[in-house]
Amino acid sequence: MAKTVLEKIWDDHVLAVRGEDEYLLYVDRHLTHEVTSPIAFENLRATGRRVRRPDLTFALMDHNVPTTDRTLPVRDEYSREQMRALARNAREFSITLFDYFSPWQGIVHVVGPELGLTVPGITLVCGDSHTSTHGALGALAFGIGTSEGEHVFATQTIWMRRPRQMEVRLEGSFKNHTTAKDAILYVIRELGTGGMIGHAVEFRGEAVKKMGVEERMTICNMAIEGGARTAIVEPDEKVYSYLDGAPYAPADEDWEDAKRYWDTLKTDNGARFDKSYRLDVSSLEPQITWGTNPAMCIGVSERVPEPREFEDPAKRRMVERALDYMGLKPGQRIEGTPIDAVFIGSCTNARLSDLVMVARLVKGRKVASGVRAMIVPGSMLVKRRAERMGLHRIFLDAGFEWRNSGCSMCIAMNEDRLGPGERGVLTSNRNFENRAGPGSRVHLSSPLTAAASALEGRIADPRKYSLASIDELELEWASPWIERNIIKPLEGG
Amino acid sequence: MPEPVRRIVGKAAPLEMDDVDTDQIIPAQFLKVLSRKGLGKYLFYRWRFDEEGRPKEGFVLDRKEFRDAVILVAGRNFGIGSSRENAVWALMDFGIRCVIASSFGDIFYGNSVKNGLLCVRLEEEVVKRLRSEAAKGGLLLEIDVEAETIRLPGGETINFKLEPNVKRRLLEGLDEIEATLSEYGERIRAYEARMERFKMPRQTATPLE
Repeated sequence: MAKTVLEKIWDDHVLAVRGEDEYLLYVDRHLTHEVTSPIAFENLRATGRRVRRPDLTFALMDHNVPTTDRTLPVRDEYSREQMRALARNAREFSITLFDYFSPWQGIVHVVGPELGLTVPGITLVCGDSHTSTHGALGALAFGIGTSEGEHVFATQTIWMRRPRQMEVRLEGSFKNHTTAKDAILYVIRELGTGGMIGHAVEFRGEAVKKMGVEERMTICNMAIEGGARTAIVEPDEKVYSYLDGAPYAPADEDWEDAKRYWDTLKTDNGARFDKSYRLDVSSLEPQITWGTNPAMCIGVSERVPEPREFEDPAKRRMVERALDYMGLKPGQRIEGTPIDAVFIGSCTNARLSDLVMVARLVKGRKVASGVRAMIVPGSMLVKRRAERMGLHRIFLDAGFEWRNSGCSMCIAMNEDRLGPGERGVLTSNRNFENRAGPGSRVHLSSPLTAAASALEGRIADPRKYSLASIDELELEWASPWIERNIIKPLEGG
Repeated sequence: MPEPVRRIVGKAAPLEMDDVDTDQIIPAQFLKVLSRKGLGKYLFYRWRFDEEGRPKEGFVLDRKEFRDAVILVAGRNFGIGSSRENAVWALMDFGIRCVIASSFGDIFYGNSVKNGLLCVRLEEEVVKRLRSEAAKGGLLLEIDVEAETIRLPGGETINFKLEPNVKRRLLEGLDEIEATLSEYGERIRAYEARMERFKMPRQTATPLE
């Protein structure tokens, strides 16, 4: 029978079926962080249980870490306590921890793939909804809650209903400064925040094939904002080269075995999907959200909606409420709206290729005065690699802050936030009310749109800006671990 | 370990809103806790309190007639967004035992089951009707998990459907970890014995610096 890539991985990990629709899956990798884990560890202690497979479990600090100077004390006492608790728990349960000071610290969904903890064909879980990101490498990855996390700690398994399957085909090729982020924003805009509920999404099609692994992470990351249970892309040579030499990825003969297995992880011709959606990305324009959920999105040249366009009174009220919260007038153009801040960061768009995009747009240009513009690399390794390329000089010259890694303004659990009523263009994934701080007004966009907006101090169309070339290193992002990338001296450095 | 959930009887409160995400149910600043107790006071925090933490007037659950509600009748896509289980803990600590909606965020739904918070999916029209009934104040519902029914004051009964495993779990309130290990321990060990080396993380890795 023809199978999808998801079904192949699913079937490989099913240990038991209970009742009509409940499957026990083995979990090959469990990633955990300081915010959703403490109560799970507490319960393990209370019940006298151990972590069954500490060798398959990895912890790191990302959600509430400061992104400022790491030699300074962590001021927020609650953040500090959660970080300490994770360090204690990792020690007590013998789990590898990438702590605040680790050169491998970063956002869990950036670090996992980067270190080769995430590889094709494995099941992976993490107590964070954006775990779908790891599907970009062909892993079957689920965001889970704290109780489920405790179950995984103790049993290395998870009970799951089999998700229905949906294919999202992205065809054509990106033009004119549109990116993977614009595509996924558009898909959510079309399907709504509940459009993928109950489904695992496989991203397929010409445009997905042509994407780099990091762009695939962007679309898989945000599938959850359309309600998807997870997302996946067939692994290919690009994924292999992304992982080649990564410290936790298989090596030597294991690497050869792995590739032979990964080659089988393709969706067969004739495999069935419960739902299908197709988008030609060629005619897409840069997208930006205007409202308080990711589906409230328009093209950067469009106008925000008018409540009276909506027949359904509940919809109309929602639009009114969102416009009011966002401080926008019905029917106004989004472009040109003055902003207070720009944030380039998060598990959606803070990998090296995202930073290169921003650098190409802002090189030799200046952030508008009065705009607070911040770049928070997805991991400390991304930061170091960017610095090897000299990108930080471009950012600093342009007037950006160049921070250390963490979730930062995307969830505003550290000091990085917007003040009440402040408006920001963020490359993150959620624009909910109060998301970036109480009263914050968040517009989600691609790194290019955010960068252009930083330059103008207003929401801006990135298509006006030419992209500078950086240098020949650009071609060598494939793996952070290939030797020439690590030892090559910087241009002018 | 959750208590068994068999019957829920109590007042229903209407939450007239679609797409209520878990950031609204409990904001991220209240995730910095090391215990799940006492989260009820942060439930729907931004809708109930201003920036200085002073109570705002008028949120439905703070109104006199709904303060003791145990059932929340919401809209579409309740509990979408972040995986924070704190959303479920906050609802339960506040006294909510059941949420009725036409659809739920997947992770929220799973978290609810684990904690014994009943999530009932009904047709949008039915949810709307219940919500407007509840809005009048004092709507008492009687929910029977075993029979999968909601009884209205007039004697009318609405049927709902739970997945068999969800129903069983609610009725039994079992310690799932114990059950998994005792019933399936053998299969877990068998998988571990056949797990290919290339599926495991290489063990030698340590940071370069």
